[in-house]
Amino acid sequence: MIQEVGTTEQGELVINLGPQHPSTHGVLHLVITLSGETIKKVEPHLGYIHRSIEKMCESLSYRQFIYVTSRMDYLSSHINNHGCALCVEKGMQIEVPPRAKVIRVLMDELTRLASHQLWWGAMAMDVGALTPFFHAFREREAINDIMEETCGARLTMNYMVPGGVMADLHPDFQKKVKEFIRFFRTKIDEYDELVTGNVIFKSRMEGIGYLSAESAVSYGCTGPTARGSGVSCDIRKLYPYEVYGQLQFEEVTATGGDCFARYMVRMQEMRQSLSIIEQLIDNIPEGEFQAKTKAVLKLPKGEFYSRVETARGEFGVYIISEGGTTPYRIKFRSPGFSNLSALDHMARGYKIGDLVAIMGTLDLVIPDIDR
Amino acid sequence: MNKEELKVRLEALLLPPTFEEGAEWTTAVVDPAGWEGFARHLRSDAGLEFDFLFCVTAVDWRTHFTMVYHLTSTLHRHTMVVKVKLDHDHPSLPTVSDIWRTAEFHEREAFDLFGVVFTGHPDLRRLFMTDEWNGWPLRKDYEDPVNMIKL
Repeated sequence: MIQEVGTTEQGELVINLGPQHPSTHGVLHLVITLSGETIKKVEPHLGYIHRSIEKMCESLSYRQFIYVTSRMDYLSSHINNHGCALCVEKGMQIEVPPRAKVIRVLMDELTRLASHQLWWGAMAMDVGALTPFFHAFREREAINDIMEETCGARLTMNYMVPGGVMADLHPDFQKKVKEFIRFFRTKIDEYDELVTGNVIFKSRMEGIGYLSAESAVSYGCTGPTARGSGVSCDIRKLYPYEVYGQLQFEEVTATGGDCFARYMVRMQEMRQSLSIIEQLIDNIPEGEFQAKTKAVLKLPKGEFYSRVETARGEFGVYIISEGGTTPYRIKFRSPGFSNLSALDHMARGYKIGDLVAIMGTLDLVIPDIDR
Repeated sequence: MNKEELKVRLEALLLPPTFEEGAEWTTAVVDPAGWEGFARHLRSDAGLEFDFLFCVTAVDWRTHFTMVYHLTSTLHRHTMVVKVKLDHDHPSLPTVSDIWRTAEFHEREAFDLFGVVFTGHPDLRRLFMTDEWNGWPLRKDYEDPVNMIKL
């Protein structure tokens, strides 16, 4: 699949970026056609980490298949698990206890924060600033510690199960989260001081990688990528699940459509997530953390679709059931896959150095794209 | 438009589809020959304007294939599902990648994993598998003694 590199008859240069390039954040392989330094075409080659998760899920039960989905978008593993649990609950018509609903939303938002923190560090590193990466990881560590206490894992949590969550919160959870919020409120201002207003950073981001609202919709972009172009697409607002309908938060959009707009959307989203956590942390209802369900789950014959908002956009789970204990067909609509398809459109006409910035603001997670 | 209104609106088209009942969203079934024209109506007719294709997938039913398209309108906020029934021996239907650009990648995925051929697709190649891969991994009858995933 590695394309022959060199100069074409038209005098264009074909080069490979990846699959082992640091700025691809994984094994993404781009074949770039250049005229001088200007990008003519970007062609993604996928599949380096394709595990055929959809095929695997066809032989796993409705309790087991959720674990595999943590390995897709590993930075939003809670939210992936959440989407799958919602789909099974929809099919089985399981009512989730209020406590579990709040715990789920809390975990989702902590995950979103951790994911955006990592994106912020990696994004700054892509455009040449190394220090923010260490700042971001310091703050992310605090979230990982909180997750570890309650879920027993730091990356692939597998905490959400059909009917609720797997275990109750750790006794220190509330205290630790409140400490973290106080800590991170000061740090996020520091993020802005350190990077957002920086002249060099701005000149790398502003006016780069323009994506119009119309193209964003046509390419199926969701999440901060589309909201940076002014498309309202937050599933938490449009189709509220769990307790999102009762919370006070704003859907962050920007109208610039460039790298800087997408950057600002994610920065604001971190503040919104903090606000959501603050609203819920003192209002966790008492009671069961998991609904009573049968040991073996059987979805009735039919089709079920559920969607949630991950840190990258809309994550959809489409289950076709024949009435058995395993799905007949399962499809994961991953946000990264559709967002990546717009990369060629966004990068054409810009310089090769800008491509790294554009990829950074797409916030790609390759296992999510390859599945 | 709600589910019923949408159905009435679609029935008024020149070549109306058939409908599947009992699903969460309005589910229309069309045949491969009528799909492209129907898709253009869905994308551009006033009041429909389905501009956001958020999920495309194929399903192997052993006797036939079904392509499933999930559509939403960002303007009217209604959602519908279109199913296209395909022959099992020669699954083929027209591409919609010029109507919804996201379909280009999704159709390549369906081609790669199911062997569904999209006529008129600008770049129909394998997406995840290597170019020299044999067979269509997500088909139900797929057997690969070396690489098979059995859990």
